[in-house]
Amino acid sequence: MSERTTVCGTPPTAFGAATAVTPRRCLLVCCGTGCRANNAMGLADALEAAARDAGLDVTVSSDAPQIKRTGCNGFCENGPIVKVHPDDISYYKVKPEDAEPIIASLGNEPVARLLYRGEMRQRLTRQIDNPFYAHQQKLALRNIGEIDPLVIADYVAAGGYQALKKALQMSSEQIVEEVIASGLRGRGGAGFPTGIKWQTAAGYPAKPKYVICNGDEGDPGAFMDRSILEGDPHSVIEGLTIAALAIQAEQGFLYIRDEYGLALSNIAAAIAVAEADGYLGDDICGSGRKLRLEIVRGGGAFVCGESTALMASIEGRVGEPRAKYVRSAEKGLWGQPTVLNNVETLANIPYIILNGGAEFAKIGTAGSTGTKVFSLVGKVNRTGLIEVPMGASLRHMIYDIGGGIKRDRPFKAVQTGGPSGGCIPEGQLDLAVDFDTLDAEGAMMGSGGMIVMDEHDCMVEVARYYVKLLAEESCGKCTPCREGLRQMLGILTDITEGRGQVGDIELLERICATMTAASLCALGKTAANPVLSTIRHFRDEYQAHIRDRSCPAGVCPALTVYVIDAEKCTSCGACSRACPVGIVSGEKKVPYSIQSEKCIACGSCRDACRFDAVIAMRKEEVA
Amino acid sequence: MVDENSKATETGSVAEGIHRIILKYPGQRRYSLAILQDVQKEFKYIPEEAIPLIKRHVGVSEGQLYALATFYKALSLTPKGQHIIKLCDGTACHLRGTNNLLGELGRTLGIAADERTVDGKFSLELVNCVGSCALAPVMIVDDDYHGKVTMGQLPQVIEEYRDEQEGGSDE
Ligand SMILES: Cc1cc2nc3c(=O)[nH]c(=O)nc-3n(C[C@H](O)[C@H](O)[C@H](O)COP(=O)(O)O)c2cc1C
Ligand code: SF4
Ligand code: FES
Ligand code: FES
Repeated sequence: MSERTTVCGTPPTAFGAATAVTPRRCLLVCCGTGCRANNAMGLADALEAAARDAGLDVTVSSDAPQIKRTGCNGFCENGPIVKVHPDDISYYKVKPEDAEPIIASLGNEPVARLLYRGEMRQRLTRQIDNPFYAHQQKLALRNIGEIDPLVIADYVAAGGYQALKKALQMSSEQIVEEVIASGLRGRGGAGFPTGIKWQTAAGYPAKPKYVICNGDEGDPGAFMDRSILEGDPHSVIEGLTIAALAIQAEQGFLYIRDEYGLALSNIAAAIAVAEADGYLGDDICGSGRKLRLEIVRGGGAFVCGESTALMASIEGRVGEPRAKYVRSAEKGLWGQPTVLNNVETLANIPYIILNGGAEFAKIGTAGSTGTKVFSLVGKVNRTGLIEVPMGASLRHMIYDIGGGIKRDRPFKAVQTGGPSGGCIPEGQLDLAVDFDTLDAEGAMMGSGGMIVMDEHDCMVEVARYYVKLLAEESCGKCTPCREGLRQMLGILTDITEGRGQVGDIELLERICATMTAASLCALGKTAANPVLSTIRHFRDEYQAHIRDRSCPAGVCPALTVYVIDAEKCTSCGACSRACPVGIVSGEKKVPYSIQSEKCIACGSCRDACRFDAVIAMRKEEVA
Repeated sequence: MVDENSKATETGSVAEGIHRIILKYPGQRRYSLAILQDVQKEFKYIPEEAIPLIKRHVGVSEGQLYALATFYKALSLTPKGQHIIKLCDGTACHLRGTNNLLGELGRTLGIAADERTVDGKFSLELVNCVGSCALAPVMIVDDDYHGKVTMGQLPQVIEEYRDEQEGGSDE
């Protein structure tokens, strides 16, 4: 406990506890996985060196600025990000060479060229001025990007472990009541009310009981859980500890994907220091209550995110789901009462206990309270992790936060809910996103993946992609899922490769119906969603593939070749530089051309062209 | 921990390396997956001789261990290359051209997904979302993340790893 740093001048968080500390200037360097891929660690080193060179003492508490390495700010595409507090300056795409000017500017005018440019090209200084952040409300992500995940004092100074201390004074029933009052529903996808789950498990006398954090995050295209585990591990540990108090468990597990290296090491470090400081272990905060936490690394199987498969995996068995005649709350891990919650669900718990369930329930909609973190990716101008109140519309997220579609192309669809979800077309952009509304539309909010697609994305190919993923990940235990997916993959591949037949769409619909009715676990039960939702909203596109051997989006390589529209071509040469097989040629002032017989139809030239001069054509037509 | 293990492969036998891993865990069934994962990390696959040793330690049948080794994607019974190229085929990356990158890597390395080059230098894997979708398309070589990868830059990136190996190895 000797060399604990004081918290820096962070603006008050949801917990509002940072106020008691004297604001000391602080540089927060984003060192999440995204920014690390862009050399954020080198940048942080460079900032430290530049500060030393400028004669500033960055380590010992003094008046000099502190340099902190934080978790992901959610805007990785514009990383590495550096924030200066308390001045509230945000810099983007910062390179190690920028360290010196940044240090030199402290206390003076900010380094203008590193600020975010607004839609009118104006320079925006504060984070809140940036449209990406302006509409967000951070609850689950409250500390991420503001604290050093490896320094427990940062978390404590931001109000951390206060909720745990409060919960230690409460009875099991009181904790459960508070969580029920909050209306919190599981963020892992299914949306089951968390308080009810805890109440059920608390009601069984059998001991031992277990709590588990589901950090398997299998939805391809989502990274919210990773970000929380990396950037604010103590919030998950605190949430899990409160769950353990509520159901009287003394042992807990965190099941985390093995690919999430930084998340694994930060959680391990956080558990160790929380134990050393008495927030975990054999005598939690002097109360005599116990909790031991253990990390289990996932084996890289999507189905292991399913609750019963996950428990089988922790037990050292093959991760196959079982039929849920008996709930895990009664007989879960090793046949004992078990509560399993998602990472984001748990990160909300400290807020609820500290501020009261009623306060949490004021946010969001009546049936879906609180906020939700989404991973907004695909063809939007601003991609990243965002947190908004439940009930925000798709349009708000895609246009106000995401800044609309790249290159102002028309919006085509947004895919939500990953392999269990569906595609939502333009006409439904004003839908409020919560647990129930999207379900009613055959999509699903799911764990929060939100993939935006434009007219250059083929909906049949999207369906094929999800079915392929599910076919590979189906555990094979039950026939409808195993065989259904295999057949659907064959049919969809045929359609995308020009071998589709009349009747294929109806056959797909029949397989979907069987899988939904007869599969054992939710993987198989919901696998129809990507297929049925694309058929429902984009039937024309399926028909074009089957009837005309044409891919209207110009994506499916077997059906597509690219040609250059001589009228529109400005001979800029962008297409030629982009072509990986070097078959686009031309010269100044003469329109370019593509050797279509060698074209691999990758679309690189079309993506590169700023004048829409590259056109996708039906292969049969050109050949 | 990792250093300790890699030393074992240089100086000791395979069995010695495996023993070292096994002894880090109590002899219970629930540690089977963790042990297999560590063996995979160390040897880049699960050598056949590992199975009986693990079996004796955790007390499950060889069949059950093979079931794990074939069920979990992270485990492999055949050797992987020195450098493992993981190409993200999560949704965000897929839409931004994973298939094209896969084709280009195929041309550069002469292998398809789940294959290893003849010289044993590279393995190619398609993986689900690696959690950096904002940088799509993403490729991970060993532990280095490469974001916004283009087809044009692939051959050069691959050469860098090939060269690095040549320089660093003393075989
Ligand atoms: C195939 C499949 C994969 C799943 N993957 C995850 C996952 O990666 N993370 C997660 O939290 N929940 C996942 N779930 C949902 C879990 O089964 C479970 O509902 C959830 O973890 C419970 O926590 P919550 O109530 O806090 O959401 C998955 C479900 C299925 C059927
Ligand atoms: S539905 Fe699919 S994943 Fe689930 S148990 Fe059946 S085969 Fe396995
Ligand atoms: S890692 Fe820095 S913004 Fe995501
Ligand atoms: S889809 Fe590739 S990183 Fe998420």
